[in-house]
Amino acid sequence: MSDYSVSAHEAFGPPVSVKKRGTFLESLHAWVVTVDHKRLGILYILYSTFFLLVAGAEALLMRLQLAYPHNQLLSPQVYNRFFTMHGTTMVFLVGMPFLFGFGNYIVPLQIGARDMAFPRLNAFSFWLTAFGGLLLYYSFLGGGGLYGVGNAPDVGWFAYAPLTARSFSPGHATDYWALALIVSGFGTLGTAVNIIATIVSMRCKGMTLMRMPLFTWLFLVVSMLTLVTITPLTAAQFMLLIDRYLGGHFFDTQAGGSSLVWIHFFWIFGHPEVYVLVMPAFAIANEVIPVFCRKAIFGYPAMVAASVGIMFVSLGVWAHHMFTVGMTSVSNAFFTLSTMLVGVPTGIKIFNWIATLWGGRIRFTTPMLFCIGFLFQFLIAGLTGIMLSVSPWDWQLHNSYFVIAHFHYVLVGAVVFCIFAALYFWYPKATGKLMDETLGKWHFWLFTIGFHITFDTMHFLGLLGMPRSIYTYQPDRGWNFLNLIVSIGGVIQGIAVLIFAFNFVRSYFRGKIAGDDPWDAWTLEWTTSSPPPAYNFEQTPEVHSRRPLWDLKHPDDPDWEYEA
Amino acid sequence: MSSIPLRVPEDALKWRLPYKSRVGMAALIVGESALFTIFVVAYIFYLGRSLTGPKPSDVLEVPVLGTICLLSSSLTIWRAERAIENDRRRSFTVWLATTVVLAVCFLVGTALEWHKLIYRDGLTISTNLFGTTFYSLVGLHATHVIVGLFLLSAVLLFSLFGWIDQRQSDRFSVVALYWHFVDAVWVVVFTVVYLIGR
Repeated sequence: MSDYSVSAHEAFGPPVSVKKRGTFLESLHAWVVTVDHKRLGILYILYSTFFLLVAGAEALLMRLQLAYPHNQLLSPQVYNRFFTMHGTTMVFLVGMPFLFGFGNYIVPLQIGARDMAFPRLNAFSFWLTAFGGLLLYYSFLGGGGLYGVGNAPDVGWFAYAPLTARSFSPGHATDYWALALIVSGFGTLGTAVNIIATIVSMRCKGMTLMRMPLFTWLFLVVSMLTLVTITPLTAAQFMLLIDRYLGGHFFDTQAGGSSLVWIHFFWIFGHPEVYVLVMPAFAIANEVIPVFCRKAIFGYPAMVAASVGIMFVSLGVWAHHMFTVGMTSVSNAFFTLSTMLVGVPTGIKIFNWIATLWGGRIRFTTPMLFCIGFLFQFLIAGLTGIMLSVSPWDWQLHNSYFVIAHFHYVLVGAVVFCIFAALYFWYPKATGKLMDETLGKWHFWLFTIGFHITFDTMHFLGLLGMPRSIYTYQPDRGWNFLNLIVSIGGVIQGIAVLIFAFNFVRSYFRGKIAGDDPWDAWTLEWTTSSPPPAYNFEQTPEVHSRRPLWDLKHPDDPDWEYEA
Repeated sequence: MSSIPLRVPEDALKWRLPYKSRVGMAALIVGESALFTIFVVAYIFYLGRSLTGPKPSDVLEVPVLGTICLLSSSLTIWRAERAIENDRRRSFTVWLATTVVLAVCFLVGTALEWHKLIYRDGLTISTNLFGTTFYSLVGLHATHVIVGLFLLSAVLLFSLFGWIDQRQSDRFSVVALYWHFVDAVWVVVFTVVYLIGR
């Protein structure tokens, strides 16, 4: 029963150093068959970095198309395919794999475990996710040829019925969409199960639930949320495939079916999905902010309670995506109020982060800069979210660029900023090298400036009435100049990401040696060497407080004396 | 704080964590429940909305025998769990074999029902909305029964070879947990499809 009775040597074989170079084929083989949570975490992160560049390129092409009216760069069909693939890729192949990659890498280290609960399931989940991505992009090779962008899905990432019915979506584009997401969804489900089992039953001695680092806490919450949000999407996609292949009638209005049911089922997944993406971002901020302002996080129990609160509330707000489909005014009122309720636990979190910063000795390193950017942008994203939750206001702005601006504020301004913070923060742990700070600051400032140019301006375009999902527009609507600005902002972000990619690769070969604990941090992952050995810890650690490394560094004034 | 304490806090707590596979199975069951919920909600929402026949009341017969078989298999697998916990291997094999037989009976019942529906009543998955929702929901459950049947048969095979004893009781309890879940879902599906839906 206890996994620690087995010695590391027996369980994992003789320790293999990552540095030792065999032939190329040998090391490739070692990576493909690996069941080590750290290697799988790195694979997840590389995989999603690759798709970040791909989906970013799609976004840039769309912005070039919209830079001025009546542009002929992309045909309407190709534009549809790009916005579908951009959304689908960013949510399923970038956001979730990135975050679950960090979870995979960090969680076992933070709880003092030697690996995940089910290492082989872990590898299986990764390869399922990878195969899902491959399947989705394989669709580019079919149908209308590469210039017509093959047979890629073109129904929007929400794939509203009846647009996905056989008659409106002939060919196999929609099937690729559903099958790819079902496959990668199973992978995600496996990872969520694995993370829950790891956190619940693999914690080292003394790590009670209320001593777990907040990062780990949030991954427990996110994994539980994932279990109940990914499966409805899978269910709905099965129904879609039954409709398309077996002649079913779930979403077929000609036979009594209802397209509204698809919208409900999609957003029962789609809304909590936002929290599945953003709560790991909170998790990252919870680690980075205290370390770089030299204070323990303010209000630990409140942070835990708020996370669990967000999980429950987020499951009851999905229909705020549907104010305009003609629900009753009672449901509109209910979903308005429940959506506003999310602001309460989120507000608690923001106040606690600010209270942590208050009076701290702040070090403005690159990860900290990204987290501070996150705080500001997430606040604004929350405020525009409250605006959109007011159903009459939403009637005005539905499907306009205001909505696009709002959710990109969440998904880029919060999630991507925190992903960058995490990459800079844990890069030295995974590689033993520090990323270059100067290039990092260039990356931060360019990306932040580009971000604000793009998405701040989009709010105004939305208020001026520009709808989403259009491939071009008339020159007399007053949108020309603003669209050009938005496109320029997009290009600046693209350049910033290229700087990041350069830094990421270069630091691996030329970076400064980091040492075990470059940031003077407090959680368990920094006690082991960088990169950690295959079995993580020479000796299974034992903790007595929320900041075990502080206790080690300050035996005269340990934390456990003050914690209740 | 006149003197610096050099003691370590006494964590007198016994450090005992739940069995990881059982936690994993419980988590999987939470996810599966969400999957079934969506199909059940779809079934209820589409009740009586078919534009063409046949209606559920025309063709469905309550599968009393199959239900009795499946629900009693929860009892027999519980007996098997108790048996292996106390290392009574012979009794374990007998109870497990009974469970497998009961599961097969249930599946045969479903097969006969579907055969009648398809060939006598002409109800297929594409006939009407009722057919679509009925075959997907009942089929989803039957798929889970089949998966469970594979697991149980594998354990039965191992136990016939004498490879199972007390040390595996924790692992077997994970399989049993899954099987109890499949039974519990049938209670919901049975109520919705055959009691409310008719």
